Amino acid sequence: MTAKTIIQHSYRIAKKDLTELFRNRLGLVLLIVMPLFMMIMVGFIYPSSGTITDLQVGLFNEDSGFNGVFTPSQGFLMGLNTINNQTHMLILTNLNSTAELKDMVQRGQLEGGIVIPSNFSQSIMSGQQGTIIIVSDESNPQISATIQAALTGVFNAMGQQIAIQNVLPLNSTNPLAVVQPYHIQTQGIVSGHPSYFDFIAPGIMAMTVMMSVMTGLPVAISQEKEIGTMDGMMVAPINRLSILLGKTLAQTARGLIQGVIILGLAIGIFGVAIQGNILLVFALLLLGVFSFVGLGIVITSFTKDQETAQMLMMTLMFPMMFLSGVFFPIQQMPWYMQGISKVLPLTYASDALRKVMVLGASIPQISTELIILIVFGIVMIAIALPVFRKMMTR
Amino acid sequence: MDSGNIIEVKNLTKMFGNFAAVDDISFNVKKGEIFGLLGPNGAGKSTTLRMLSTLSRPTKGAAIIGGFDTVKHDMEVRKLIGIVSEKMIIYNRLTAKENLWFFGSLFNIPKATLNKRIDELLDLVQLTKWKNAQVGTFSTGMRQRMNVVRALLNMPQVLFLDEPTLGLDPQSSVEIRDFVKKLNREQGTTVIITTHMMVDADLLCDRIAIIDHGKIIALDTSTNLKKIISGGDTMIVKLEIANLTPDLVDSIKGLKCADAVTQENSTSLHLIVHGEDAFDNIIDVVRTRNGKITSMANLQPTLEDVFLHITGHEVRDSADQKILMAEGPRRFGGAPNRVR
Repeated sequence: MTAKTIIQHSYRIAKKDLTELFRNRLGLVLLIVMPLFMMIMVGFIYPSSGTITDLQVGLFNEDSGFNGVFTPSQGFLMGLNTINNQTHMLILTNLNSTAELKDMVQRGQLEGGIVIPSNFSQSIMSGQQGTIIIVSDESNPQISATIQAALTGVFNAMGQQIAIQNVLPLNSTNPLAVVQPYHIQTQGIVSGHPSYFDFIAPGIMAMTVMMSVMTGLPVAISQEKEIGTMDGMMVAPINRLSILLGKTLAQTARGLIQGVIILGLAIGIFGVAIQGNILLVFALLLLGVFSFVGLGIVITSFTKDQETAQMLMMTLMFPMMFLSGVFFPIQQMPWYMQGISKVLPLTYASDALRKVMVLGASIPQISTELIILIVFGIVMIAIALPVFRKMMTR
Repeated sequence: MDSGNIIEVKNLTKMFGNFAAVDDISFNVKKGEIFGLLGPNGAGKSTTLRMLSTLSRPTKGAAIIGGFDTVKHDMEVRKLIGIVSEKMIIYNRLTAKENLWFFGSLFNIPKATLNKRIDELLDLVQLTKWKNAQVGTFSTGMRQRMNVVRALLNMPQVLFLDEPTLGLDPQSSVEIRDFVKKLNREQGTTVIITTHMMVDADLLCDRIAIIDHGKIIALDTSTNLKKIISGGDTMIVKLEIANLTPDLVDSIKGLKCADAVTQENSTSLHLIVHGEDAFDNIIDVVRTRNGKITSMANLQPTLEDVFLHITGHEVRDSADQKILMAEGPRRFGGAPNRVR
């Protein structure tokens, strides 16, 4: 059995698989819809900060004022309104008591509240710090944190204004330099403002393409075993490797098609720009496939029917998705989770892809990732082939 | 190798854990023979066939096909054989022609030859009209004909048929049987067929191996197998009693001369009896219990009777019993159909 005939046979098997795939209309539609859903959901569920608007917030002004004249709490509210009119971050509802505020948060009608205590004006006028209380909804830590951050930002800006007013008499050329001596400016490596889509698009691409071999291969093979057609190939005088190779080729093609669809959607709909070389992007996707083939074969060898294969796929896909930094930066996870993340090849594939697509990196900058992916692929295939051979000749 | 034998099976054994699906069987099949493996589901027929067709490795023993060992020279064996299994080996989303083309191309048949052969085969089973239609749109009978010609693409010397008429309507079953006979007669193809349908075995096979619990318990021509019954003093009796009661059935079962009693419907019994005075004994016991005999006939034995006579149980009983047993030793994640 020469290498040429092995490749010939695997080409025929791949062609057969793809013909079947393209005749499955619903399957084809899902091939496009699945990545689209994933992009939309993930992209919009976790938006970049600053885009949060219209938070329902209650306001209770307990402050009785100071001698009935213009009070600092009124000044504070005017300032809050001015800033809010620009950012539309909050929708303020006036309330009459702390109890009412609590009640409305519990009912879920408000997401948080601001309380100005009764001694606010008094404190300010007598040269003390004025305290403002932010009431947060602890049942939803994410929103709670967002409100706290947003309100803190508003208060800081207002406090800064007041401070500038106060130091103005000091005759300084730039009052802001006195109040806040450090000015922070953020600058990225590439021009433009990458959105969350720029962050997730490479990850989702890497994941879809690599998952297609890792999970598609077991499903495709176990399906043929289940309906019995595998026997038809097994009794033909062909090398077992041809079956494996053919199936892998077909799944890789399917994965790459999905990858291209995701890329198209990312560029066309979500405005993602590719900074690096597009050929390098595809080379990386192929390398990702290579590094996952062995794992796919091992799973194939252990799953006897399609149902098990599907379940195993779900079981593996979830931790992979979340631990590989596809949707969330791995830096925000505890150290042991980061440890797991570091042994998953998807981590390196999506990292490298992100560097190329978002940061415009070329081969030297991603050499570590490349080496890890290649070594991982070789080791897994070395483990997988004997396992597969044994499985086929039971 | 004996020049007349195309298949030689020696001490073939397949274990699944501690369970012997095929238990030390040996037999030879002559070139050009139609050889049947008859037995209930779970008797080990399909497992035997899978080992012969290189799909499964024997735990012990060996099988030689056309001079090649099925394990050591599996590639050579594969060139000589074709399989038709109960699960149809065709892709529903491919057309008839694409299916045959795909499987044919795995045998390295030259393009022109393959094209010609596909046309011939489709013509042979009257599917030429539908050659460009997807197989998924075919009727079960059409798909089974496709399934059979698919196995003939490499012009096999040995054709394995695993329950080829299972799930087919009577007419399609007849078509498949006739086709196999014709193939055997005209091309000299050796055919190994497994079935639990006594009719199939009776009508098709030159020789039949009756297999039960993984062992061959009888092997001969259909005529000779039936002589096990008709040659001795054993008889097959069909007895009709108008007022048949369970009590009466029990008394007949209690007779010394009755080897097997099967109730066929509310008035009719199927008996295997022995001894010269068997008829007298039966009539006596029915009369003393006020039974009214409406008919009593001495039947020609069928293979079913032979099976019943040798094993002491019905084909169907054995199947149920076996499936229960087979569930025990199944390994983690093992497909149930492997245990057969």
